[in-house]
Amino acid sequence: MSEAIVRLRGVRKSYTRGKQTVEVLESLDLDIARGDFLALMGPSGSGKTTLLNLIGGLDRPTTGSVDVAGERIDQLSSGQLAQWRARHVGFVFQFYNLMPMLNAERNVELPLLLTRLPAADRMRRVRVALEIVGLGERGGHKPSELSGGQAQRVAIARALVADPTLLVCDEPTGDLDRKTADEILHLLQALNREYGKTIVMVTHDPKAAEFATHQLHMDKGRLVETVAHS
Amino acid sequence: MKYFPLVWSALWRKKPRTIFTMLSIVVAFLLFGMLQAVAQSMTQSVQISGADRLFTAGKFSFTEILPLGYYARIKSTPGVQLASHASWFGGVYQNERNFFGQFAVDHETYLDVYTDLIVSEEARRAWARNKTGALVGSGLAKKFGWKVGDRIPIQAAIWPKRDGRNDWEFDVVGLIDGQDEASQAQADVLLFRFDYFDEARQFGQGYVGWYLEKIADPAQAATIAAAIDRQFANSPKETRTDSEKAFNQAFMKQMGDIQLIVRSILGAVFFTLLFLTGNTMMQSVRERIPELAVLKTIGFSDPSVLALVLAESLLLCLIAALAGLGAASIMMPGLAAKMPGLEMGAEVWLMGLGLAAVLAAIVGFLPAWRAMRLDIVNALSAH
Repeated sequence: MSEAIVRLRGVRKSYTRGKQTVEVLESLDLDIARGDFLALMGPSGSGKTTLLNLIGGLDRPTTGSVDVAGERIDQLSSGQLAQWRARHVGFVFQFYNLMPMLNAERNVELPLLLTRLPAADRMRRVRVALEIVGLGERGGHKPSELSGGQAQRVAIARALVADPTLLVCDEPTGDLDRKTADEILHLLQALNREYGKTIVMVTHDPKAAEFATHQLHMDKGRLVETVAHS
Repeated sequence: MKYFPLVWSALWRKKPRTIFTMLSIVVAFLLFGMLQAVAQSMTQSVQISGADRLFTAGKFSFTEILPLGYYARIKSTPGVQLASHASWFGGVYQNERNFFGQFAVDHETYLDVYTDLIVSEEARRAWARNKTGALVGSGLAKKFGWKVGDRIPIQAAIWPKRDGRNDWEFDVVGLIDGQDEASQAQADVLLFRFDYFDEARQFGQGYVGWYLEKIADPAQAATIAAAIDRQFANSPKETRTDSEKAFNQAFMKQMGDIQLIVRSILGAVFFTLLFLTGNTMMQSVRERIPELAVLKTIGFSDPSVLALVLAESLLLCLIAALAGLGAASIMMPGLAAKMPGLEMGAEVWLMGLGLAAVLAAIVGFLPAWRAMRLDIVNALSAH
């Protein structure tokens, strides 16, 4: 196995609701190798989205350590974590979460606004990212003018454009029909195989999980099974 | 600048709401521009009053007339360099909308006291020769198409002639210019000779409206003023002497505290605007919580999200303020025709834009703070 790009040790996450403390993740250890395409599966409430949020630097563990690309992100301040996310993580959401008033190019450009790249370089990168997801001709369209599959491709281009270390996808096909979902999954697979992107994807869909190189099943905040695909 | 498309698109997310909010702000700044211009033009006469001029009027009212016999005694008061007098005529040219000041003055001294009124030597000589001669402000001449040699008919509202008729006629013998744009409004008056006025009027002979004194040392103004008033104490026509500035301030106060009125009206308008625009901004941010959460997910820091919302608020208020102030300045020439000297100077523009920035900061702060404090995980899971 190649070096671990994500390393979680003794991670516990709990929330307090009123007087009650809810344990979402319990003493979790996990390594994800560089270049892996991991599908996180499990029933609702199993803790997979919480785990994804910890890996993506959106949340901090109650105890334990989260090491991504050699950096202890659980120890970073809120501002440092924002900078870290901008450098290292691309996010893809179930409902695309594009800015409705911006066209595809402007949406994809968003992560690059946080860099020092000049406008021309930003636009060049945006066009490359849109070409990769097969939407080179749709840059001027607003999200309302795109189909669900196209909108998700734009979201993937936005996640890719800053060349992140890690792609974090939360139910990326949850809002799409089977055919479109397969297209998106093929795209993610290509990004993993051809561009070497490490992808962590949460899904309920076993068919979607088959596109990953590994499946990780969770239940009640614990890892219960790991399945490797050839 | 690279964030501009993001801020601009957020502003126009709900076009009708943005347009209606902008219209409210436009109307508020239109009102601000016009009222502030009125207040400024009314206080301008106070600001440009000479520090070396005193003003003597009736003790109990500015409208009280004073005997011409006081003239020699005032002239000889220690500290008084030069004295003159003037009387309010209050006539009408063609119709009442053509309002401007008309004064019967001592033509031999008045221009020496008011050295800030610029009149050519030729005009002064012509005025000395022609008893019915009048000097008119160059702005008035331009407005009414008068030129030297014209005879101007003025209908008296206070002072009929000896034969009972109200129509007075004056020959334009020269023009009066102000030293600069600000003082031109003060120069846009009609000055005619007191000797003609006193001879031709039906009543009031031997009385003037007020006296003016030019003094050598403005620091001695209070002492000289007291000396003048002492001479007429316990007489049937007691006087009150003040600096010209103090008199103008008191005169303005008689018309009401313009600044207070303007501030009260604008205060009420902007107070309402705070709630209206604040509500729009709050609603706009509430609707965009998932989008703001995504920005933070991508890596926008808390302060940058705060800055984006504040920039949006600033853009909204500045665009609307510019439109409102622009509309006010376009309407200004039409209003100036009814109120001479009315203009929207750079100061009003600067105050307006400053006010817009303050408004933006106040209405934008709460939603911006809320956006900044947004918890990404909760915001994404709730939507």
